[in-house]
Amino acid sequence: MTPVLELRDVALRHRGSAVDAVQDISLAVEAGHSLALVGESGAGKTTLLRLLLGLARPTAGTVRFDGAELSLRDREQMRRFRRSVQCVFQDPYSSLDPRRRVGAVVAEPLRSLGIDTRSSAVPKVAAALDRVGLPADAMDRYPHEFSGGQRQRIAIARATVCHPRVLLADEPVSALDVTTRVKVVDLLAELKQEQGLTLVMVSHDLSVVASLCERTAVLEHGHVVEQGDTAQVLGHPAHPYTRRLIDSVPRLPA
Amino acid sequence: MTFLDVRGLTVRTAEGRVLVDDLSFSVAGGERLGLIGESGSGKSLTTLAVLGLLPSGMTATGSVELAGTQIVGATERALTSVRGRDAAVVFQEPLTALDPLMRVGRQIAEPLARRRGLRGAALRDAVGDMLAQVRLPEPERVSRAFPHEISGGQRQRVALAMALACDPGLLIADEPTTALDVSVQAEMLDLLDSLVRERGMAVIFVSHDLAVVARVTDRALVMKDGRAVETGTVHDLVRSPRAEYTKSLVAGARRLEAALDLRSPR
Repeated sequence: MTPVLELRDVALRHRGSAVDAVQDISLAVEAGHSLALVGESGAGKTTLLRLLLGLARPTAGTVRFDGAELSLRDREQMRRFRRSVQCVFQDPYSSLDPRRRVGAVVAEPLRSLGIDTRSSAVPKVAAALDRVGLPADAMDRYPHEFSGGQRQRIAIARATVCHPRVLLADEPVSALDVTTRVKVVDLLAELKQEQGLTLVMVSHDLSVVASLCERTAVLEHGHVVEQGDTAQVLGHPAHPYTRRLIDSVPRLPA
Repeated sequence: MTFLDVRGLTVRTAEGRVLVDDLSFSVAGGERLGLIGESGSGKSLTTLAVLGLLPSGMTATGSVELAGTQIVGATERALTSVRGRDAAVVFQEPLTALDPLMRVGRQIAEPLARRRGLRGAALRDAVGDMLAQVRLPEPERVSRAFPHEISGGQRQRVALAMALACDPGLLIADEPTTALDVSVQAEMLDLLDSLVRERGMAVIFVSHDLAVVARVTDRALVMKDGRAVETGTVHDLVRSPRAEYTKSLVAGARRLEAALDLRSPR
């Protein structure tokens, strides 16, 4: 099966930097196999996400979408790409435009991709809000009227309104309290199940990764040190760095 | 002996909205207490009220007695002598807690000079000693660095060194590891634990994460909407929570942990 998204021998060096931010990265995102990118600050997780989103171009290697090299100049391909691959960010307080009503925020992908007009978007927006557990009248309100967990739901509604195949999520629950975190993890699991959505999730929270992702890649200093089935990677870590990450997770007293 | 005694503490906004509601607890010398709750539960405001640091417009009523000094209604001058000596604080975000324009060494030197009256070579030695105690690598380099030149975990160690420099009777740690990576968090919690143990310091540890609190304290107070909903040993809270809210907290933490256990049995 052709992977939806793929990085082949990718490296990226930021302008003016003497070292590669990421190096020798080969990763494939296959439909139905959600992938976690795990590692600490500075390991290159977000850089990989930016490459997968087409927001950065690799200095070596290729980013592939449905088997073809992603070309930022190919407008037809980019349209298909944007429709298929959407994203959710860590901080729901900075990712929603405070001056626009939730209805307009969620409709944005439909409008910018030219799929819908303002009026024809309304039922789709209502459906997207319903899927994430928000009432339809949320459309008429502003982001500041919602709590952090609800805002993250709005961001997920916006990312899923055009029925993408892949959702890239950068630490989607780390800014949330534990009880809210569990609810948003449940929501993402539901979207995987019911919408056939494949997640690519950047996270340093291994319990969230274990809850949602079939596959895990561990990054350290811009290299993938280990990747495979989540059960294999977390259950029988081959690399000492992975072992250290697992041992660091704080546990409840037995 | 009771070091901190909080009785009927109520914090109101200028408009009269109650954010902390009739809260009572006490911490004995050398004892450790966790404050657990979600954003908006009033746990951070409680710690600010203990230090007399409430944002302007907010008022506290009730009683907060810290090492024999009444904090509620105290003059700024009285508060200045209490802060640092009796209680010091480490905040969540080390980047905003440190002065971006001052070298790290000088920031640590300031409380040492003020509290212990050290000068010159003795002060320099004391700064080096503090950096070593919080186990910062290359203390020479870190001392000369500006906050933006060191990592988040290192900055938090600097903040801890500044708090400990005054040798306070009570250390207040407000989500001190929330902004850090897990492995850095684990190191930081171990460090905090051993430094506080050596000094026999009392601790109030604020967090929304039960598992993190369990690493540092034995006893915890669970807060919701400004009220205490339950208090007890962390062990009892986790094993047999009584309040509905504590039950949901424990269930949430267990759910996530179970997913990890399934993939990675201990």
